[in-house]
Amino acid sequence: MGKQITVPFGPQHPVLPEPIHLDLVLEDETVVDAIPSIGYVHRGLEKLVEKREYPEYIYVAERICGICSYIHSNTYAECIEQIMHIEIPERAQYLRTIWSEYSRLHSHLLWLGLFADGMGFESVFMNAWRLREHILDDMEATTGGRVIQGVCKVGGVRKDIAPEKLDEMLKGLKNLEHELHDLTDVFLNDASVIHRLKGAGVLKTEDAYYLGAVGPTARGSGVPIDIRQTGYAAYGKINFKPVVESSGDSYARCAVRAKELYTSIDIIEQCIKKIPEGPVDVKVTGAPDGEFFARAEQPRGEVVHYIKGNGKKNLVRHRVRTPTFTNIPPLVTLLKGCQLADVPIVVLSIDPCIGCAER
Amino acid sequence: MAQEQVTVPISVGELVERTAQMKKNGCRLVQIGCTKVGDDYEINYLFDKEFALTNLRITVKQDTVIPSVSSVYFGAFVYENEIHDLYGIAVTGMNIDFGGHFYRTTIKTPFAVTITKEGS
Amino acid sequence: MAYLQKSPWLIHYDASSCNGCDIEILACLTPMYDVERFGIINTGNPKHADIFVVTGSVNERNKYVIKNIYDQMPDPKVVVAVGVCATSGGVFRECYNVSGGVDMIIPVDVYVPGCAARPESIIDGIVKALGILEEKRTAAVMGVTREQPAPAAPAEKPAGGA
Repeated sequence: MGKQITVPFGPQHPVLPEPIHLDLVLEDETVVDAIPSIGYVHRGLEKLVEKREYPEYIYVAERICGICSYIHSNTYAECIEQIMHIEIPERAQYLRTIWSEYSRLHSHLLWLGLFADGMGFESVFMNAWRLREHILDDMEATTGGRVIQGVCKVGGVRKDIAPEKLDEMLKGLKNLEHELHDLTDVFLNDASVIHRLKGAGVLKTEDAYYLGAVGPTARGSGVPIDIRQTGYAAYGKINFKPVVESSGDSYARCAVRAKELYTSIDIIEQCIKKIPEGPVDVKVTGAPDGEFFARAEQPRGEVVHYIKGNGKKNLVRHRVRTPTFTNIPPLVTLLKGCQLADVPIVVLSIDPCIGCAER
Repeated sequence: MAQEQVTVPISVGELVERTAQMKKNGCRLVQIGCTKVGDDYEINYLFDKEFALTNLRITVKQDTVIPSVSSVYFGAFVYENEIHDLYGIAVTGMNIDFGGHFYRTTIKTPFAVTITKEGS
Repeated sequence: MAYLQKSPWLIHYDASSCNGCDIEILACLTPMYDVERFGIINTGNPKHADIFVVTGSVNERNKYVIKNIYDQMPDPKVVVAVGVCATSGGVFRECYNVSGGVDMIIPVDVYVPGCAARPESIIDGIVKALGILEEKRTAAVMGVTREQPAPAAPAEKPAGGA
């Protein structure tokens, strides 16, 4: 047995677009312990509720993260609506579902690209991001924004999508699905990808559950947690099955995301076929008095928005528990026993989003 | 559409025991979060089992020392360090204790004080 | 557009951005926008870089990192602040852990507006920076010392923002 040494990893590291720091305790090449350290991009935006009124604060909530942006605003709006007992029109619920799935598609393609780059497949990275541009084009055409949309508001949504555009989106998704097969084939079947990912960073089912893993990190370990099953927005009226893999290694987490692309496309298609006519928002008066925990399934997993109001325009507390924050303890556990050379891949495999985690 | 969410107020003394009970019942820890209400601090321990939420709440003063539940749920350390750094509430017995260096904010315990910033 | 004698390399640092601008910078590298056609490469080493692209605003913890990266870059060099957060603090200006724009720490040559900044405006800002870089290089060759814009007194700040 070798002597233990500590190797610092990050905050600036070629595979990390964002700053997180890990102290890796090594015995020869094997990681025996990992201590995370965050706080490089902490802004303290939850405290802004004291300065912004609740209808206006949704723009701050959306900017918690530029990747999960839409779903943050959606969950925030839903939380306020639950406290104030606002029933939003059905068309708005469907539109919210469509945009949620579009943002999942864009996030998963982004991650597949970064992951490929982390493994050294630069052309796959370029290809994934090329396909992602189709999603962003539709996002921009329907909301006005590429990554920050600003389309969700308390009481509904700000924009409607015309029926012709919905048809066009449907056609676009069909073409995309066709192209996606080539891309996901690399992640699911390529010999060198399998060699690189199988058995790297294993998280057992029980550990995943009790350590609080969420999203693809949990589902890759056989824990079928998918908050979409609770039926928020229009998910209750849609048929879908969460993608679950059982092996718990980096390959499983990657496969969950690759397969979820098709689930998302399927959900959007169902929504476009079922979407009813009608208004897209209701008038909101008054201010929230009460508290609620709203949950939603982000690309990275379950997000919790807690809001406490006291009947004034400024909220008492807005607290966000983001998926990456709760995925830190599982990350620490699954790093143990890894080879040092696998650390970048294993860290990327939980899809860390530090902007979200530190708020 | 309106969902019911149950909040169970408990005392600081029974916190660890109740948390262990939740784990025995097969719940996972969703989050721990703190809210400042007047001079009091409400700390919510949120658990989930098959998409049903249970919320255990302790209400404390800032100088109360609360016991860590990280011996029950390993992952609790991230939330407990956060509460310590942002609210200044001491937590004892954490499995990974950052000693106030988890967030390293410019202002100490920002959520427990009133902040006035130049030009705002 | 400026005439380019060399391939300018850039280094990107995420100060305390929400990711929005960062992923748009990455999008600039990919086939749709493809800044590599200008010979631009995104490098991780400040000693290799000519252009310093900063997203997000400054806080107590990262201001030394920003200063350090800037100091390590060889002359001549230009700084591009991408997005409203890097320009002034943006929507997070009033947060307790946000000090303000990047020009509090280092001199900024080009400001790119937007929240999040669009790839087109990022490319536009970087091309503008190439002109300034070329100007600085010529000045250095001719032995003229060009006056650096002082921190907190920006040289040119585009009006408005998205």
